Amino acid sequence: MTQVATPVIAHLTPEELAALNKPRHDGKWWLGKIASTLGMAFIVIYCLVPFYWMIISSLRLPTMGLSNDYWPNPISFENYPGVFSAQNNFLRAIINSVVVSVTTTVLTLVFGIIGAYALARLRFAAKGFVLAIIIGASMFPGITLLLPLFKLFTGAYDWMPLHWLNQYQAAIIPSLSFGLPLCVWNLTAFFRQLPVELEQAAMVDGCTPGEAFRKVILPLAAPGVFTTAILTFIAVWNEFMISLTFLQARDMKTATVALSQFTGTLGFNTPFGSIMAAGVITTIPLLILVLFFQRRIVAGLTAGGVK
Amino acid sequence: MASKNKLARLTLSVLSATAILATAACGSSSGTAGSTTSASTDASWSKTGPINYVQGKDTSGNVQKVIDKWNALHPDQKVTLIELSDNADQQRASMIQNAQSKGASNYDVLSVDVVWTAEFAANGYISALPSNLDTSGYLKAAVDSGTYFNKLYAFPSTSDGALLYYRKDLLDAAGLKPPTTWADMKADCKTIQASTPGIDCYGGQFQKYEGLTCNIAEMVNSAGGQFLDDKGAPTVNTDAAVAGVQWAVDAFKDGTIPKAALTWQEEPSRQAFQDGKLVFLRNWPYVYSLANKTDGSSKVAGKFAVAPIPGLNGPGVSTLGGHNMGISTYSQNKGTALAFIQWWNSPENQKANTIATSNAPTWTALYTDTDLTSQFQYLPVLKASIDKAQARPKAVKYGDVTLAIQDAAYNALNGTTTAKAAMDDLQTKLTALVK
Amino acid sequence: MAVTTAERTAPTTIKRKKNAFSDGQGALAAMLLAPTLLVMFFVTGIPIVMSIVEAFYRAKGGVDPNTGLVQTGSSFVGLQNFTDIFAHPSIVVGVYGSMDRLINAFINTTLFTVVCVVLETILGVAMALIMARAFRGRGLVRASILVPWAIPTIVSAVMWKLIFNTDGVANKVLGLTNSPILWLGDNRYSQMAIIIADVWKTAPFIGLLTLAGLQTIPAEVYEAAKVDGASAWQTFTRITLPMVKPALVVAVLFRTLDTLRMFDLPWGMIGPGKYSVETLSVFAYLEMNATRYGQAAAYSIVLFLYIVLVAFLFVKLLGADVVGDEELKAINAQRKRMRELHRKQAKASASVRTNITSGSAAS
Repeated sequence: MTQVATPVIAHLTPEELAALNKPRHDGKWWLGKIASTLGMAFIVIYCLVPFYWMIISSLRLPTMGLSNDYWPNPISFENYPGVFSAQNNFLRAIINSVVVSVTTTVLTLVFGIIGAYALARLRFAAKGFVLAIIIGASMFPGITLLLPLFKLFTGAYDWMPLHWLNQYQAAIIPSLSFGLPLCVWNLTAFFRQLPVELEQAAMVDGCTPGEAFRKVILPLAAPGVFTTAILTFIAVWNEFMISLTFLQARDMKTATVALSQFTGTLGFNTPFGSIMAAGVITTIPLLILVLFFQRRIVAGLTAGGVK
Repeated sequence: MASKNKLARLTLSVLSATAILATAACGSSSGTAGSTTSASTDASWSKTGPINYVQGKDTSGNVQKVIDKWNALHPDQKVTLIELSDNADQQRASMIQNAQSKGASNYDVLSVDVVWTAEFAANGYISALPSNLDTSGYLKAAVDSGTYFNKLYAFPSTSDGALLYYRKDLLDAAGLKPPTTWADMKADCKTIQASTPGIDCYGGQFQKYEGLTCNIAEMVNSAGGQFLDDKGAPTVNTDAAVAGVQWAVDAFKDGTIPKAALTWQEEPSRQAFQDGKLVFLRNWPYVYSLANKTDGSSKVAGKFAVAPIPGLNGPGVSTLGGHNMGISTYSQNKGTALAFIQWWNSPENQKANTIATSNAPTWTALYTDTDLTSQFQYLPVLKASIDKAQARPKAVKYGDVTLAIQDAAYNALNGTTTAKAAMDDLQTKLTALVK
Repeated sequence: MAVTTAERTAPTTIKRKKNAFSDGQGALAAMLLAPTLLVMFFVTGIPIVMSIVEAFYRAKGGVDPNTGLVQTGSSFVGLQNFTDIFAHPSIVVGVYGSMDRLINAFINTTLFTVVCVVLETILGVAMALIMARAFRGRGLVRASILVPWAIPTIVSAVMWKLIFNTDGVANKVLGLTNSPILWLGDNRYSQMAIIIADVWKTAPFIGLLTLAGLQTIPAEVYEAAKVDGASAWQTFTRITLPMVKPALVVAVLFRTLDTLRMFDLPWGMIGPGKYSVETLSVFAYLEMNATRYGQAAAYSIVLFLYIVLVAFLFVKLLGADVVGDEELKAINAQRKRMRELHRKQAKASASVRTNITSGSAAS
């Protein structure tokens, strides 16, 4: 007669089983947990301390701009109205930033959505080549593009004399050079993540590919489109060199350029307090976007890089 | 509302671009010299009409008020203020862009920094003013700064000279008078530092920017050297010039000038003086009223006075600062532009401007005007400073010239090269640039 | 007679497509991609060509000795803008001694790129490893990580400028109030300041991308490694790194290209005209401001070629997969296999032919 080997477990009582399965919190485990917590604390401090310094520097009295106290004494909000005073024209600068960023984002989305659909869904022989060109083009140094565009927009070329200096389109068009590839790349990654079966099911139900795209895919891709819009907006808001070159008039500067050229009441003054306040103001919209949509943004940033 | 305006202009500009196509003058032809529009042949000199006045950021808030006065007097020749960046390099870039786009920005009257005259004149950005203008009542140095090739291109408007701010309380306590030579200044410092430990001797602006060119030019000129000789050829490696730079180098080495001064522009140096950290400070007149503020921001309010800057063997030579007014070559209504310039710089208007903004005027008689001297005690000292002041080297490629000077000075001051080697290098560079 | 065994081979010819878009959906794709490609052509393609053309010209700029006026226009000078870097160098004295200004900018750019990318990769991967093992507080850490990324570069430049001020908090924290380090001067310290500011801003971003890559590694792999007795270091180098490599390489590639083009930080924090931190972008920009368009274009072309070279090295040597299309990868892999197969076949048939030397195989 064969003996069926009974599992060892059968000889244990439930209490003994529970005791054996309890996770062991030995010294090594605690060490790991402490190190991990310390590591997290390090990361948080690393990321936030310089920003903390900027915030408290903006909360000092205007005359104490270079004070090194770790906590402002007294706390004063005087720098903030000072940022918007007539001589700094910062409100106008923010409006300019908004106009340029929003227009560029909208344009890139319009071109990007249809382009990304083609790259994500359609099959054609030159797809790899097109993708490579689009991504490659975004890698070109800005200064190489800036020079001919600068000459073009100041009318130096007789065959196309434009005088677009200090007008919005002079900043929007060069921004497309990095905004559009970024948009296309992100959207392509998002569209790829959507299963093909959805469209096929819609087409089986009688939709044309275009209708399938509009009615089925786009609504589903809306989060991805939204995230791409945020990422593009942030990238264009961030932009410095192009705005520095093409939007020089006092009323046309964007927030980033205006911030870098802040002076105080006299020509020589360096108002650290107002500069930091302006920096905080310039960053707040982006931070709000980032904090509200952090999951989406993280997903968007990593979608392209991780398959 | 304003942005809507801009968007409307966007469409308009696209349409007008095609119109401009037909009329745009040729820009990249080969080898023609820039055109001169002399007062007699150019019809636009007799035209009157609305114009734009372009200057850097108005930090005084006074400019628009004066413009409103003109507009009330001449309603058919309205002047509009266009404010550029407060950064001098950006202002220059904007004015150059206007010229290179054949006046697309519609600048008429330009506020030209004294060091840009040669560049703007030679490149045809501004027109030579009519030769029959009377400039005898203006400071000679200011008139000279607006002249190129014996023609007046920019009308003298405001001036600036360096002053030596000193702690009157400390010098009086030690029974000393303000020094006239560098050696005297060092000796004074030693005495004062014995009784007031921890205070630094002398401060200036030695960061690598235009201010360094001013400070080093003063060192060179105050030691008897020159950047350019009478014919405009560089002479920076003479013994006198090197001696001037060498003094500054030694001053950094032995602590007469604090090492931190290598990062100072006008404001940080003013801050150091106001915090009581310096005995002597070289800076522009604007510091006077700020350092005298009694709201607690200045620890030296009422305790300082001004004197001319010292030199190697006697009183020193200041750098000439200031702005002149020029007319863009592409201006359509040069008649109005010229009239506006002359009106703006008339004695009455210059006096009113000085009272409102404390900018130094260029009408000579104002420096002895009792109303002004009672309000601005430093005016007589400033006049003496400007009288002896020397302009920075006049060169068409001034941007490169000043960069070369800054390179040489900075390398010598922070010890990377010796003063002699730096000035020899500078001589080579300037010879190539100025020819 | 040599008999070739019947191998199951796929058809040996690769059908040539009539044109790039003739794979069925090409027409639609062309229509959808046309706007994007047109925009890229006009905004990027044409300016690049114009830049290249411009690099062969130089403004005349001579001053007429009689009128004092400058000659207008530019003349064709061939490669002179490039050869003058070596033939007529404009010497500046930077941190490395005296050399031509372009070479100085080139070395600066390379130094910043190498040091910054190495530091931020190490820091970023370390951050990712810490975050991967996190028990609680992930939300707070994720939010903090995005803060440096969200701050515009020029704002961070101004912020660090205040921190690194001679009388600022950096010197205070280091206890150097009395003999301060001149972080913002034109010296080695300003280079360090730039590197610190850049690494601060971008290390969290790399951390984020690496974390995403880490999270795709299944837990079973680690368990299997533990069962096999792998040490922590072995696990890291043999399992974690290789599996994270694709994401990491792409992230590092983009960061490298971004740092090569660095402009905002030197401009905003230290200022233009400071040779110790002058990068190629800043230098070309300053030349453009000085209306020396020919030279500016030449230097920007140098930067452009540098970037193309680095991108090429990354893609070819490190295998950066930027495009990431699965289908394309499969097609390329298939094509590669077919090529290998045909090469082997050709070699086999060639060796068969050459082996027929003795008479016994004939007839």
